[in-house]
Amino acid sequence: MALHFELVTPERLVRSEDVYMVVVPGSEGDFGVLEGHMAAMSTIRSDAELAIYASAGAAPEMLKITGGFAEVNEKGLTVLAEAAG
Amino acid sequence: MASLKALKIRINSVKSTQKITKAMKMVAAAKLRRAQDAAEASRPYAERLEKVVSSIASKVERSPQAPKLLAGTGKDDVHLFVVCTSDKGLAGAFNTNIVRLARRSAEELKAAGKTVKFYTVGRKGRDQLNRTFRNDMVHGVEPGDLGKIGFDKVQEWAADLTARFEVGEFDVAHLFFSKFVSVLTQEPTQLQLMPVAVAADGSGSAGASAAVEYEPDEEEILADLLPRNVAVQLLRAQRENAASEQGSKMTAMDNATRNAGDMINRLTIQYNRTRQAAITTELVEIIAGAEAL
Repeated sequence: MALHFELVTPERLVRSEDVYMVVVPGSEGDFGVLEGHMAAMSTIRSDAELAIYASAGAAPEMLKITGGFAEVNEKGLTVLAEAAG
Repeated sequence: MASLKALKIRINSVKSTQKITKAMKMVAAAKLRRAQDAAEASRPYAERLEKVVSSIASKVERSPQAPKLLAGTGKDDVHLFVVCTSDKGLAGAFNTNIVRLARRSAEELKAAGKTVKFYTVGRKGRDQLNRTFRNDMVHGVEPGDLGKIGFDKVQEWAADLTARFEVGEFDVAHLFFSKFVSVLTQEPTQLQLMPVAVAADGSGSAGASAAVEYEPDEEEILADLLPRNVAVQLLRAQRENAASEQGSKMTAMDNATRNAGDMINRLTIQYNRTRQAAITTELVEIIAGAEAL
């Protein structure tokens, strides 16, 4: 049970790993993505933080990202950000 | 025949030139590796963005309110050529090849009665195009070291270009840069930048994304994505150019080093011959003198 998560910036592929859940700061509200989430596309609020949960119940890892776009499809979650970290 | 001293000076001068070209070759080789890594690292973003843009674009296209960046201005009278070159020379035919491709396309379009304008990135491209298209230059930027260009800088250019497009300064924009194939081959490439060239509706993606939830709606996402796509394409062009420039420079400097080596050999032979001739002359003089006594 894992969600494949990728974080990509124009400079490089920042993350590509399997995680439990990611909370994405969408421009119309935060949403959590677990495995099997329906296909979705959303823009991301500027200067917001991604919360990455490596496993259920674990403390989230916060990652600051600037401007971007999140896509969920059957393969997992892909976040395209202009800058990360 | 040149004097011994002149030859000696000449040999030394070619030797120091060879040292410089050899050093430049090694610098280019080191920079090439970094530039190549950077070019590869920026590929995933560009690829994914392209996929997303074309999958949304294939759906929105039918609506009459489609963004200008996608639908275009409805004309193709004025073409803008964004020609990306570098600021420095000494890289073989790197800059010339890009300019040549741009010039050829420009002449074709002009023959078809279109207007062509130039927006140059890099000093070399601007200088070369200035010779033939002095009155068509719109703007030129100097990027400095190609390997150190960040996304923020490219975004400035993209914003400038998008603004010019929105006010109708041109109808179609083409991007010219050199694609890095290998150290020995760099391919000058032309790419349509604006409006976005959408690949024919991929039937596979349309089926898979039928039930996608958009937040906010497609149009707003697209309005956000399209300017970003311009910036990403520009960044990709810069990265490819950076790698190509170093590759081209490495080859050029390698040739220069070899040529210098050949020249040193030739001059050394000439030097030795001249020296031998001088010795022979001296001997003949001594013998002649001794026989006269």
